[in-house]
Amino acid sequence: MPDLLLELFSEEIPARMQAKAADDLRRMVTDKLVAEGLVYEGAKAFATPRRLALTVHGIPARQPDLKTERRGPKMGAPDAAVQGFLKATGLQSLDEAKIQKDPKGDFYIALIEKPGSAAIDVIAEILPVIIRTFPWPKSMRWGERSAKPGSLSWVRPLHSIIATFGIETEEPDVVKFSVDGIEAGQTTYGHRFMAPAAISVRRFEDYEAKLKAAKVVLDLQARKDIILADAKELAFAQGFELVEDQVLLDEVAGLVEWPVALMGSFDQEYLTIPDEVIRATIRNNQKCFVVRDPKTGKLANKFILTANIEATDGGKVIVAGNERVIRARLSDAKFFYETDLKTKLEARLPKFEQIVFHEKLGTQAERIKRIERLAAEIAPLVGADVEKAKRAAHLAKADLVTEVVGEFPELQGLMGKYYALAQREDASVAAASEEHYKPQGPADRVPTDPVSVTVALADKIDTLVGFWAIDEKPTGSKDPYALRRAALGVIRLILENTLRLPILNVAKSAMAGLPAKGDAPKLPADLLAFFADRLKVQLRDQGARHDLVDAVFSLGGQHDLLLVVRRVEALGKFLDTDDGKNLLAGAKRASNILSIEEKKDKRTFDGAPDAGLYKLPEEKALAVAIDQVKQEAAAAVRQEDFATAMSAMAKLRPAVDAFFDKVKVNDDEPSVRENRLKLLNEIRAATRAVADFSKIEG
Amino acid sequence: MPGYGQAPLSPPSPPIALTGQGPGTYFAAPQKPKKSAALNPVARFQGPPEPDRPPMAASPAKAPSFQELILRLQTYWAKQGCVILQPYDVEMGAGTFHPATTLRALGGKPWKAAYVQPSRRPKDGRYGENPNRLQHYYQFQVIMKPSPPNLQDLYLKSLAAIGIDSSIHDIRFVEDDWESPTLGAWGLGWECWCDGMEVSQFTYFQQVAGVECAPVAGELTYGLERLAMYVQGVDRVYDLNFNGRDGADKVTYGDVFLQAEQEYSRHNFEHSDSDMLFKQFVMAEEACKKYLDAGWKDGKREAHLMALPAYDQCIKASHVFNLLDARGVISVTERQSYIGRVRELAKACGDAWVHTEAGRAV
Repeated sequence: MPDLLLELFSEEIPARMQAKAADDLRRMVTDKLVAEGLVYEGAKAFATPRRLALTVHGIPARQPDLKTERRGPKMGAPDAAVQGFLKATGLQSLDEAKIQKDPKGDFYIALIEKPGSAAIDVIAEILPVIIRTFPWPKSMRWGERSAKPGSLSWVRPLHSIIATFGIETEEPDVVKFSVDGIEAGQTTYGHRFMAPAAISVRRFEDYEAKLKAAKVVLDLQARKDIILADAKELAFAQGFELVEDQVLLDEVAGLVEWPVALMGSFDQEYLTIPDEVIRATIRNNQKCFVVRDPKTGKLANKFILTANIEATDGGKVIVAGNERVIRARLSDAKFFYETDLKTKLEARLPKFEQIVFHEKLGTQAERIKRIERLAAEIAPLVGADVEKAKRAAHLAKADLVTEVVGEFPELQGLMGKYYALAQREDASVAAASEEHYKPQGPADRVPTDPVSVTVALADKIDTLVGFWAIDEKPTGSKDPYALRRAALGVIRLILENTLRLPILNVAKSAMAGLPAKGDAPKLPADLLAFFADRLKVQLRDQGARHDLVDAVFSLGGQHDLLLVVRRVEALGKFLDTDDGKNLLAGAKRASNILSIEEKKDKRTFDGAPDAGLYKLPEEKALAVAIDQVKQEAAAAVRQEDFATAMSAMAKLRPAVDAFFDKVKVNDDEPSVRENRLKLLNEIRAATRAVADFSKIEG
Repeated sequence: MPGYGQAPLSPPSPPIALTGQGPGTYFAAPQKPKKSAALNPVARFQGPPEPDRPPMAASPAKAPSFQELILRLQTYWAKQGCVILQPYDVEMGAGTFHPATTLRALGGKPWKAAYVQPSRRPKDGRYGENPNRLQHYYQFQVIMKPSPPNLQDLYLKSLAAIGIDSSIHDIRFVEDDWESPTLGAWGLGWECWCDGMEVSQFTYFQQVAGVECAPVAGELTYGLERLAMYVQGVDRVYDLNFNGRDGADKVTYGDVFLQAEQEYSRHNFEHSDSDMLFKQFVMAEEACKKYLDAGWKDGKREAHLMALPAYDQCIKASHVFNLLDARGVISVTERQSYIGRVRELAKACGDAWVHTEAGRAV
């Protein structure tokens, strides 16, 4: 079956857009092919700075023929309706229509046969539309044609298009179409500097090979592999080790068609700057890799750049030029760093009075004060030294107004730590500058030092409560203040450090310090529900049952997340046992019967059953078991020993089973029936010592 | 050390910016040839062995002087059909403000021009003490409307014309979208890198003065001092050879501009008359509006007869704002409002311009 080759050759496409563009191209073309009845065997897309390419193989040469039936008017319908039907279906007269019998009156049916088109013609119609509607994040107009409305928009000027279609053994055909004056053909161009001449190609195989000969590596992954391997080799040859950087690698591979790794140096004197600052300088501004000494783990005074050409001088001039720029950059970074060290962190705090955190939540200075206060309250709950926690909270944000962080925002916190250590702060206080931002995501490390934990909690809870108070909660996919991440951070801080933190109490304290109060009475419950949701997501990601989270939160008053999770774990284990499963079945059965009867009688069956009305031994036995289990479970729960509480619950099971086996709930005698329903209610009540069983699925 | 006056203590930070009002990027710093520098391309990419070259020399020929660089660029772009204009006689922050770019980018008529424009960034003054920061520097500006299909090639050939050989230099087009909030303008394009250093900006204007460009113009901006430092291998702007002579006849960039940098830095940071400047801003703003109002032919908004004089006042307002900003007398919140006021003037001028003979659609 035939294959399609498509190439869109343009001026330099931003590196960050290439991978998605290749993916979009593949998706749009193949979706459209399938929608047109052209089911293909495989497709692969490619991107370089100057081209998007797509190969689709195994496309049928023709669309299948389409047969459709179209229902027309009833027999004897007015002439206008008949004429309309004929016109719409292309039939000459009603003689060509079929008649379909129907009890409500027979009607005409037109059989329309649409022969499939040649695939190449279908593709010629599909491609211009895809090119015109391509979803670039930003696109532009250019050249003479941009004088007229409706001219083509592309990420950068589009120069030529290859579109060929055909089977392997024959000369393929050019798919004939044009977009904004660009005719599809079979010509492309090689590397901008090393092989700029036109190249004529037939199909994907010779296209890729000819490009390679013309110094273009089409495949992004191949370019990445080359850069990585060569960079490692260069570093290794000098006795160093490449500091790998996936994001940088992706970007650099999107800036070159023919990657050539080269190594350069900078003066040793710059190694007095923290490694992270050197790396940020070299990486962000110059898009170069850094290398480290494998023995010390410290950076070496070398960097690796990726050129786009094999220079005729072996790269000497390129390396020298990059060294000049990197030296200037490092000289600035050193100046920033040394300037920062001259000012103490606390001396920077007045600046925060001028910086608005959020227009409704006051300045950064006010926020820092709130975090300090909250940290002082949380510290004893977490086992942190109160004074250290306050000091840490006081300084934790100060580096935001330093020169280095101004230049490299991603070094926030880390620089605070360096500056705090430089002014001889306590090690825990200094560490909190960096650690209080953690965990930043599900994969990030959770701090363990109690001082860091305290400030991290205070920072996140202030954020959450604040945005809750001004009603800026996340909705759907929108979470501009990263509140979900903050809540998950709080959860992980608590669970992984096994902290006992009454969240509602802390949230209420946090609220007290806010300039905006919002819907104060409702806020805590609302926020707790948000935590419950995040916890469910968290547990589900770990493979736990999220319905059990509901079953525990449904008990009310559960705001000690560590206990909630322990309860959920114990419940999960219990429900894995036969006792657990059967008790759940029994409790659910009791619940179901009760809700039916409650509905019927329009009343509830609260209140203690009357022991005098028990007629059968199973009733009495159940009543006794309930009493005993209630006490034992309650005692165990008080001890926070949920496993024992669950074992106690297990004792209910035989009594419940026997009760349902032998006892008819809806006794003819109303007083007995009522009493039995009350007893069922007691089962429900007893199980609530550990969870709301009605929320458990299954 | 002479004080920095009211200026915020700034490190040797952004140097001579290229276009627009965006933050500048960095100059290349000194390079002392180092025998030990590792230059090991991986084996399979290794070119033929070559005799040692001095690292910076693009070619064995002597690197062009500062003025030679300008002359070569002018000659080159003249050959491409550009009119070679002289600098505009009003102070401005970037070559883009020249009416030959801002206004001529609008309207349907073809337009090709190239010129040097002195660019004033009062805030970037460093009393002549920073090796690559100036409050007055030169941009070389090229505009071609409509953007020709081979504009990238034309640009690369212009680099060759000033001695940058693409067989030994790594020249790259790195994404850089341009936006000027003061001009109500934006475009897409690149920073052009040579061996890791940004040497030019390349922009396809999409909108200028709030008006859609039809057709689109291509704009190139060369930072001349930076380029000259690169091709001459100089690490301090004041050491640039200005006239290409040696010995007693040699004139450096410092000979020409060092004193000016010192004097203007004093002026910009310490002595400029804020009261007068605040008044001048308002005067320029009012004059601009007055000329725009008066310029509509027969009072109907069909043809405009004074777009250019009105636009001069817009440029003046913008420069006065920059002076006030350097003096540190405009707060963060006011800053946005001043930028907005200049933008409104620019937009009104753009609207007037497209109703003139040269600015109409065709």
